[in-house]
Amino acid sequence: MSFDQQAIEQRAARMRADILKMVTLAGSGHPGGSLSSTDIMATLYFGDVLRYRPEEPKWDGRDRFILSKGHVAPVLYAALANAGCFDVTELAALRKFNSRLQGHPDHLKLPAVEVSTGSLGQGLSIAAGIAYGLRACEQTEQKVYVLLGDGELQEGQNWEAAMFAAHQRLDNLIAIVDNNGLQIDGRLEDVVSLGSIADKFSSFGFTVFEVDGHDVAELKDAFNRAVEVQGTPVVIIAKTIKGKGVSFMENQAGWHGKAPSDELCDTALKELGTSMSEEVRR
Amino acid sequence: MSGKKATRAAYGETLVELLAEGVDVYAVDADLSASTTTAKLKAVDEKRLVNVGIAEQNMIGVAAGLSLTDKVVFTGSFAVFGTGRVYDQIRNTVCHGNLNVKIAPTHAGISVGADGGSHQMVEDIALMRVLPNMRVLVPADYRSAKAAIRLAAETHGPVYIRMGRADVEQIDSGTDMLDFGKARVLREGGDVTIVACGVEVGQALSAAASLAERGIEAEVIDAFSIKPLDSETILTSARKTGHVVTAEEHSVIGGLGEAVAGLLSEFPGVLRKPLKRIGVWDRFGASGDFDELFREYGLDAQSIFDVVVQ
Repeated sequence: MSFDQQAIEQRAARMRADILKMVTLAGSGHPGGSLSSTDIMATLYFGDVLRYRPEEPKWDGRDRFILSKGHVAPVLYAALANAGCFDVTELAALRKFNSRLQGHPDHLKLPAVEVSTGSLGQGLSIAAGIAYGLRACEQTEQKVYVLLGDGELQEGQNWEAAMFAAHQRLDNLIAIVDNNGLQIDGRLEDVVSLGSIADKFSSFGFTVFEVDGHDVAELKDAFNRAVEVQGTPVVIIAKTIKGKGVSFMENQAGWHGKAPSDELCDTALKELGTSMSEEVRR
Repeated sequence: MSGKKATRAAYGETLVELLAEGVDVYAVDADLSASTTTAKLKAVDEKRLVNVGIAEQNMIGVAAGLSLTDKVVFTGSFAVFGTGRVYDQIRNTVCHGNLNVKIAPTHAGISVGADGGSHQMVEDIALMRVLPNMRVLVPADYRSAKAAIRLAAETHGPVYIRMGRADVEQIDSGTDMLDFGKARVLREGGDVTIVACGVEVGQALSAAASLAERGIEAEVIDAFSIKPLDSETILTSARKTGHVVTAEEHSVIGGLGEAVAGLLSEFPGVLRKPLKRIGVWDRFGASGDFDELFREYGLDAQSIFDVVVQ
């Protein structure tokens, strides 16, 4: 399949509208980081990167995707619904009682979720374990993708996992860091700065790519190069803007875990070229 | 040469047997593979022992990932690090996701001995028992440990197996029919029921022999499966004797004693005397040898004898 930048961007716009709608209907959730991850997720799911079968979530030949920053469940659900894993109307059930769309991804409730997450800092270890297991079964064509938050990198377990993945030469492991620079209490630089994320991963033995996390062509190119890397795990550091696409949410830590009012949601949807009434009809 | 053997001695050996029988078994350890004996698996097939180094959190995460590629995965390390240090990883990744990961550290309890309180885990049963989806097995001897490892391997989902460092006598039970939710009555008696687990089963049997000399017939139950607990066997015995004493090499808070107390509290009138719990009374361990420590912490056969006679 040839790379169709516009098609991915349209998917991303669709996903952003879905994220805003579902978080508003839920009355809670995490829009900021969902919106910063949207273009990464759109490229993974609609840019011919991740191999998956919507109708067969446990297809043996699938690539694996782990959402380590589990609080951005809305962007994962938006991707899965738009990919056809379940009906988009189900997105309205986010965070509701008896819903498969739990506040944080739950693989026991929703089979299209690879593994339940929510407690930060564990996804890279899980991904490394899967990568090791696939290699041990000689399923070396399959890749394991894991989306990490930058704030989450403050959890020490990530660096245990990084050391392990490099030591084991897990070149079927591709991590992506959603580097939006913000965490709940403010800027990473002010809370606890990470220094150079690229230098850190590089010194641990990863092959590092740095991209604009809202440029789907750059993202696609990085994924193309990542799958060719041999002998080391890969990290793609995607520079992003928290709340990307909604002017009043952009770069505001306050929108990390807060739902907009109906009015603000309308404003946001207008910026994205749609409206709540169109959304409800959808 | 004594016939004593540590429960941990069963670990790597049984994993090797399982592998030979065609089970797709992996162990993930954290630089303690010689002590836990998981290294035996490496000797057979190098890739099946994943040594993550001194990084227990990653040990649980890697085990979780391996289980997602349909492996049967056992974790190692010592009980203090393999449960307490990684509690959130076990809770949120392994148990919340009901993954096929067996938490099976060794060196539980004060019988670790000389290493002292930092290394003597007496809160692990409590920590593991409270987790949804987790089953808890406490083998009393080498053969029971083998059975526990096999049971865990053939049952999908998280299982906690508590193993120790100290060499203990093999209990002659006549039968090794161990299962989840099954306790075994090792000695019958009508005067008192001693419900024990792990190392304390051997101590309880010694105490029962001394009690018999005093004309007190103790029924000794090896609880083995702390969760699910064998309510039926324990209740039947409690109804018969009306007097129950529990014994565990663990804190009296949250362990076998409280599990039995919880059970019996739902059946008022069964006990004619108050329940007595033998265990570690809200203290940390300390350095010493087995006998010194078991005397100091009130876990030896004499202490069990004294509590029953009181």
